[in-house]
Order: sequence, then C-alpha cells, then structure tokens
Amino acid sequence: MAHCAACHGDQGDGGVGVPLALPAFLESVDDSFLRTTIRLGRPGRVMPAFSTLSDAQVDALVGHIRGWSGKPEPVFAPTPVKGDAQHGKELFAKYCASCHGEMGEGGSGTGVTFSRRRKLPIIAPALNNPGFLAAASDEMIKHTLEFGREGTPMRSFLVQGLSEQDINDLVSAIRSMEDSEYTGSRPEVTLDEAVIITESPYTLEETIENLKESIISQNFLLIRTDYLEHGLVEEGKEDKRQVILHFCNFKLLFDALAIDPRVGMFLPCRVTVVEREGKVLVMTINPMYLSHLFNNDELDEACKQMHGIYNEILEDATL
Amino acid sequence: MNRSFLFGVVAGLLLYFPGASAEDVVMARCALAFPEAMLVLQESIRDHGYTVARVQRIDIGLTGMGYKTDKYRIVFAGKAEEIRYLTENAPQLIPYLPPKISIFAEGEQTILVTSHPKLYAEIAGAAIDPVIFERWTNDLYSIFHDVRMAE
Repeated sequence: MAHCAACHGDQGDGGVGVPLALPAFLESVDDSFLRTTIRLGRPGRVMPAFSTLSDAQVDALVGHIRGWSGKPEPVFAPTPVKGDAQHGKELFAKYCASCHGEMGEGGSGTGVTFSRRRKLPIIAPALNNPGFLAAASDEMIKHTLEFGREGTPMRSFLVQGLSEQDINDLVSAIRSMEDSEYTGSRPEVTLDEAVIITESPYTLEETIENLKESIISQNFLLIRTDYLEHGLVEEGKEDKRQVILHFCNFKLLFDALAIDPRVGMFLPCRVTVVEREGKVLVMTINPMYLSHLFNNDELDEACKQMHGIYNEILEDATL
Repeated sequence: MNRSFLFGVVAGLLLYFPGASAEDVVMARCALAFPEAMLVLQESIRDHGYTVARVQRIDIGLTGMGYKTDKYRIVFAGKAEEIRYLTENAPQLIPYLPPKISIFAEGEQTILVTSHPKLYAEIAGAAIDPVIFERWTNDLYSIFHDVRMAE
C-alpha cells in the first residue's frame, strides 16, 4: 500500500493513478497484466517501474488489488489473435483515435484527479506504450474491445456494431504498435545539467534589477524577492549575498498542474543570485533535469519549454 | 511475437534506458482533509528539528488570477546551519534550496510529494558528507509517516 496508495488511493479509487478497483477494470485484466505492469510501469506515462520489489511483494500487491473485486481473475488464452492490421488501423482511426490518440499515445494528464482540469473522467491508456504492450495479451485487449469498461468512456464495440473480425483486426492493429518508433526511452539529461548557471558582469544589485526586467519581459509576474535564508534565520541575519527572485506565469502554472499535479517540486519559478569572491552568479534549477523523476513525456515537453525561458531570462539579465 | 521474448526485450530496453524509478519521487496520501493535513505536516517538520521557512500558496495565486484549483501549497523547510553549510560547500545545490514539500488536496484527502533526498546528494557530489542526506531521508519518511497516520 505504501507504494501504490498515494497515486491509486487507499481503496483503489484512483487519483494521480487510475482507479484500480473499478469492477469493469478488474474483470478485464488478468494477474499477469497487473504483475507485468507493476514490474515495467508505463515508460513516459507517470506509472513508474517497481523493479526493486521482490516477486513475493509483487504477488502480494496483485492479490490485494484482485481482492477488491471479490471475483477470480479472468482467464485469457495466450494465443495471438489473428486479424488484418491494415483494416484495424482504419477502424482505429475511426473509433479509437479520438480518445487514445492517432498513434495510440493515450490521453493527456493524469488519473482521475478531479481537482484538476481534464477532458475525460479517466485518462485513456497509451496503447502504443511498451509497458502496456508487454503486459496485455491479445485476448485481454479483445475482451476489452468486445465488452468495454463500464464506468469509463470505453464502450463495447460489439454494441457499436463491429463484428468479431473487425475487433480481431483492431487487436492486430494495436499489437502492430510494437513496431512503432516509440520506445519509452527518456531524454538524457546529465548531472552536469542539473543547474542552469551564468556569471553576471554586473554587481549583485544591478543583476537583480536586470533580472526583474527580464522576468517581466518574458510575461511573468514578479512575486517576491527575498534572501535564500529568509525564514530560516532571524530577520536581519540572513546572508545578503544570496537572493531569490520568485515569479510566476499563472497560465503556464495552470497548464503544468493539468499535466501532472505533482509539479510542486518545480514551483514557484525562481532565480537565485549569489555573490561569491567578487563574482555574481545567476542560477536556476534545470526543469529538464527534475522532469526525469516524473516519468511523464508531456511534462518533459513543458519542462523543455521552461528550460528555454529560464535560459532567456538569464541571458537577457547578464548581457 | 513470442510474449515472453517481448517481455525480455521490453525489460531490457527499460534497463538500458533506466529513466525514473519508483523511489525518485516520494509521495504519501493522507486521509485528513487539507487544512488538518497541513497542520500535521508543519508540526511534524518542526518536531524533527527543521524550521518552516515559508509556505507558498499556489492555489491563492491561481484563484486570484481567475483559475479554478483545489488547495495547493509548497512548504519550504530546513535547518539554518545545514543550509548554510550546503550553500558554502556545494554551490551547485543553491537553486534547489531550501528543500520543499508539495501538499495538495485530492477530494477529501491530501497528497504530499517531494523529491527523494538522493537528488540533493547526487547534485552535491563528493563535496558533502552523504550523512546529511541520509538523515534527511529518514526524517522525510518519518514526517510523511506522521501525516499518513494522523487521524
């Protein structure tokens, strides 16, 4: 529970993670799917890989999750489903892409965090994700297509008028996503890049004033300027050579929280100015470095944008 | 494609591209509503010998600008002597200081999130005795435990 409940909820009713206790979910996945998902996670899709758990721990987790349904696990034949992948792709574009994305990349955002903006009550899974494709058997995918998942926007395709052969074709199209270019690999950001740092040719005070102008010119609101040690030591005894400028663009902030509500680790936007041995250094975190902790491709993109903005602010202020 | 072979290939790829591990981000869910959880968090931080330097009210800023959001705060905390030691001896760590914990409402419950202190240890490198970060790790898990268990 210590590993899962923070995202999936104590009773599996969801949050940052999907609602595992949903009866229609547990009726449509076998224990092998759960076990492999825990082991591999979903690269780039928030769910991390729990590679250090023992087999016994994983089995205990699966047993606990299965216990929420009160029913035995469904059994799916391991045999591949044979279908026409090309026809399946056409059906996918018509019936599936609006939720799962044109390439099966899934919906945006996280879980069922209703306190955040979202388009659907549950995020549509990324069907092209290597973690999903390794975990899901053909028959399991077919079962979901045939019966849908009550309580989610996923509806039965039999009810929608598709034939069993159409569904087999869709399964083949989804399975063919294994050959897509998406590998789930994370952008490489090395330890050397954990910090963005620039030396300023100006005095500490001049640099701070330059930064204020630069921050505002990038459409940010300057929130506050204080010492790094503010609140930690008695007022007046702070190290006055370490100053933090806090600023915010609320639209960017709102969008970032919609991508992943855990982004507080990046917040608020800050630049720290330090005077050391006659040198004035301007420093920020590198959002791209922090982003690698979150296993979230969408967040990586947002952090790449923010990395560019930080660089521009620093360059403008120290020219 | 043979499924066990596929599993092996994917597992191999994931090992080759290690990315994020489940331990990089430390999270906890608390059954308490946000205001009570916030109080327990700050009390536990102080009980562990740290000073709450500041609370950034993210939700207040957002709602003030017309955006809808649930309660969301950032709690900055540290020990003055440790922060000063770190800024003097590992200046590359300065933009990450003081350490912080995000706390936000999730319906009637509350979620805490922060980075594992090994992040700071990695950035600080050999210049800093890792004992500091090991202590942070123990204290962090203890603080999160306090909040998770609070009734």
